[in-house]
Amino acid sequence: MHEMSVAQNLLASISAETANYKAKPVSAKISCGILNAVNDELLLEAFKALSKGTSCEGIKLEIEHKPMQGLCKRCGQKFDIDFSKADCPACGCKDFELLADTPLLLEEIEFETE
Amino acid sequence: MKVKLNKKILSANEEYASQNSRFFTEHRLLCLNMISSPGSGKTSILTRTINELKGKVDIGVIEGDIQTDYDSQRIKATGAAAVQINTEGACHLSAAQVSGAIEKLAVEELAVEELAVEELGLIFIENVGNLVCPAAFELGESAKIVVLSIPEGDDKPAKYPAIFAKSRVLLINKIDMLKGGLKIDFDIERVKADVRRLNKSIEIFQLSAKTGEGFERWCRWLQNQVKNK
Repeated sequence: MHEMSVAQNLLASISAETANYKAKPVSAKISCGILNAVNDELLLEAFKALSKGTSCEGIKLEIEHKPMQGLCKRCGQKFDIDFSKADCPACGCKDFELLADTPLLLEEIEFETE
Repeated sequence: MKVKLNKKILSANEEYASQNSRFFTEHRLLCLNMISSPGSGKTSILTRTINELKGKVDIGVIEGDIQTDYDSQRIKATGAAAVQINTEGACHLSAAQVSGAIEKLAVEELAVEELAVEELGLIFIENVGNLVCPAAFELGESAKIVVLSIPEGDDKPAKYPAIFAKSRVLLINKIDMLKGGLKIDFDIERVKADVRRLNKSIEIFQLSAKTGEGFERWCRWLQNQVKNK
């Protein structure tokens, strides 16, 4: 359940921005790659519990999962990897390079406008 | 008002990880982060490896567990320096915890033996037993090692792809269980094929920490890695 650590870091990131912009956050958009292994329900629950009583309590979190990409060494096709199959959808070959996975990103925060 | 940020959420962990990585580079240390399910035999692999490499490579170990210092005691019994981290419930080590452990290793454990940290060739970090969470937290290590043991089953690389995709080395442990009439269904070739599909350049070693089978090749590989550091 590393979502608790992710939620702690996320809360610290949003709180820092909140202090920076001196505004109340309404929602936040985050994204992650498959290697971050984030489970949405667990992260939302952990965030809810940790943010209680803070300026981030009640904000809406949107989590986007970005697929990992592969680069086919034979035909040069860039494609989203399906780990259950893992071959190039264009030429069917299995020889491809794994491209860097998306890190956990805080993409956007929406603040209340006065 | 919407504000675009694109900031890394785990940046605090990454700062510690970069700091650890710089420390390892400056002191010419190879640091390997060992990850597996609980009970795969990580500590047994380490104690045998330390014994096999005695007089050739000095090894320090950072042990991560939720509770107890059982593992660091087992390492210390071999004569190697070890520091125990107890995460008190957390399912993975963080780079900040490792940073503190490196200092403790250098200041407390090695000092007793009058050994400077740069005299070590290799530091192993034994992560908390868990095949999912430790994969998501960089510690500043030179490489990750994943251990899979025979009784866990040959479907694990397909079920837990992240750690197998990120690791430099796969150790298949407890291969002695495939012999001697136990009739365990475990297809090593299936594991290799599944892992190589995710990770073309991974090094695979088949070991038995119990009998010592496979340790000659594994230890030779380690020695070369330390030498070429």
